[in-house]
Amino acid sequence: MSDIAIRIEGVSKRYYIGGQQETYKTLRDTLADAFMSPLRRAGKLLRGQATGAAELDETIWALKDVSFEVKRGEVIGIIGRNGAGKSTLLKILSRITEPTTGYIELHGRVGSLLEVGTGFHPELTGRENMYLNGAILGMRRGEIERKFDEIVAFAEVEKFIDTPVKHYSSGMYLRLAFAVAAHLEPEILLVDEVLAVGDARFRKKCLNKMQDVGQQGRTVFFVSHNMPAIASLCERAILLNEGRIQRDGLSSQVVHAYLNSDCGTTAAREWPDPAEAPGGEIARLRAVRVRTEDGRVTDTVDIRQQVGLDIEYEVLKSGYVLSPYCDFFNEEGVLVFAATDLDPTWRRRPRPAGIYVSTAWIPGNFLSEGTLFVKAALATMEPVITQFNERDVVAFQVIDCLEGESARGDWTGRWGGAVRPLLKWTTQCRLHTCNSAPTLSSRKD
Amino acid sequence: MAQPAHLTPLADMETPVTVITPSHGWVALQLSKVWEYRELLYFLTWRDIKVRYKQTVLGVAWAIIQPFFTMAVFSIFFGRLAKIPSDGVPYPLFSYAALVPWTFFAHGLSQSSDSLVASANLLKKVYFPRLIIPIAAIFSSVVDFVLAFIVLLVMMLFYGIMPTVNVLWLPYFLLLALTTSLGVGLWLSAMNVQFRDVRYTVPFLTQFWLFATPIAYPSSLLSEPWRTLYGINPMVGVVESFRWALLGAATAPGPIVLVSSLASLALLVSGLFYFRRMEKTFADVV
Repeated sequence: MSDIAIRIEGVSKRYYIGGQQETYKTLRDTLADAFMSPLRRAGKLLRGQATGAAELDETIWALKDVSFEVKRGEVIGIIGRNGAGKSTLLKILSRITEPTTGYIELHGRVGSLLEVGTGFHPELTGRENMYLNGAILGMRRGEIERKFDEIVAFAEVEKFIDTPVKHYSSGMYLRLAFAVAAHLEPEILLVDEVLAVGDARFRKKCLNKMQDVGQQGRTVFFVSHNMPAIASLCERAILLNEGRIQRDGLSSQVVHAYLNSDCGTTAAREWPDPAEAPGGEIARLRAVRVRTEDGRVTDTVDIRQQVGLDIEYEVLKSGYVLSPYCDFFNEEGVLVFAATDLDPTWRRRPRPAGIYVSTAWIPGNFLSEGTLFVKAALATMEPVITQFNERDVVAFQVIDCLEGESARGDWTGRWGGAVRPLLKWTTQCRLHTCNSAPTLSSRKD
Repeated sequence: MAQPAHLTPLADMETPVTVITPSHGWVALQLSKVWEYRELLYFLTWRDIKVRYKQTVLGVAWAIIQPFFTMAVFSIFFGRLAKIPSDGVPYPLFSYAALVPWTFFAHGLSQSSDSLVASANLLKKVYFPRLIIPIAAIFSSVVDFVLAFIVLLVMMLFYGIMPTVNVLWLPYFLLLALTTSLGVGLWLSAMNVQFRDVRYTVPFLTQFWLFATPIAYPSSLLSEPWRTLYGINPMVGVVESFRWALLGAATAPGPIVLVSSLASLALLVSGLFYFRRMEKTFADVV
């Protein structure tokens, strides 16, 4: 028995995209085309060619000549920006779509989780959906029966197991869906970003369950945007870029490479070449930087200090009202908060072409300790058209030096929460001692 | 895949190897894969049955209302007013005996042709032999058939007509309706993935087909070489043989059933191959 679980050789995948670009010259051409193209399409259809209802001549390669091997028991993470080919690779391995070229060998029973709760029907009860979903995921009926109680307990829905799931809260629904999925026990487990939903506590429970899976000698193939999860769950990671493998190695190194493609820090990202910069017709991203008050780019921020996020962009067409905005995600993938540019100078005003830097100032004693991942985006207002929307564009660490000036006070142990504001506290006290008036004491601010 | 995937040491287990390569042109049917996934087929059929009449006031009565009221309308207009002959059988029974398998066929056809598009989410997220989806859609129509069939038996009792021994053939005739429905359903469902035009064609097609089948009238209106040839429409064979087996009407429709069986088989086999050929594009196009 070989110790290779997955062997991928020269896999490419081509997609047909786009519509007809040419402009019609005469009504006669238009009419002729209107009559001819259904016939052409019907012809193609009968020959078994993959075309949709539109004329699809343009192609893109979602994956190009990807080759690698995964050892038995390895937990491997696949990362990359949107459109890098991660999901395509997963779909090919799950046999949902065929590769255009290449060869793949999978040794062992394969279970794929591209979504939780696939096939759930709102009218069916929790119990019925468990059987249905289990069957869809490739579990045998006996297997589901055997694990039934365990799954129900894991999902924490014992009381509602015979209620139609349309009456479930969204949290219960997700927990049940996750629970079925988490009890899938294949030798090779293919997982998409399904863990990006649901409440944090339950997600952690699932991550732990998956970690167990890895330790039981199963091969796990994990596609995610959740960098900390990748770094902690996987020993190895592969970075895909435009359908090719850009980097393959230790997950911590690959995650680092992903976060800071060129600047040597995770706290800044620049696009010197406008052709590669994300953007639309009206505006284009130039750089995103995390910096301190004095303008120093930094990837480590003291919890007490305010921190600035610069979004530098070029406006290519004058006359649009623009709205730059950013989202901050924590290590669990939770959106901690979102912010949009409210500078009164430019708010609701069309902007002339030029280079702009919008800076969001996040106050000190507001963020929680840990890593924050930033999404930088910009949209025009009327109509709303997204110009760029870059996830995980920069990341930075918030640290507490434990000098007693943060919201922790003098406590140095575990401290939860998505944010950590330093609140004003007042404490009132009525002493038990007799014949003395009630005393009011309060801690000094 | 047969062994329970319990946590015995992995090394002891026989490891199945899956090979993925691009396919080209016509591919093997791999019906054994469908068998391998029979539990999923069972659950999907069961889901369709369970969910179909949820949130309806009349519920499962719909399975009977449709053929029964069509029969009533046919009896008034074709039986009473147009005085269409009915091979010596009371006209309501004559038309209802044909409407029961017809409704099964038409319902299975419309359900299966829409099934892939309706299951787009499954197609995009999970692997299993796609053939299961249209098959489950047709299997779930069997329940409706059974209910409508019970009403047919009640009507026969009412008119005092006893089924002949030929009723033993009935399962075969039902199978014939099923394969015809599936054959057409496979073609249409695969086409529907790419061209939603199919969705608009199906109601028109079934309506047209209804009148092209001897439901409101007997096929004995045709003279002989034509009557047998008429069997190229497989539903002619189904409808005529249902009447023959249950009502003892007319002569044995042997030649018609033979022609219909061959036509149905041709539809099914071509449908299977076409479906399998298009299968690889479903997830990308749907």
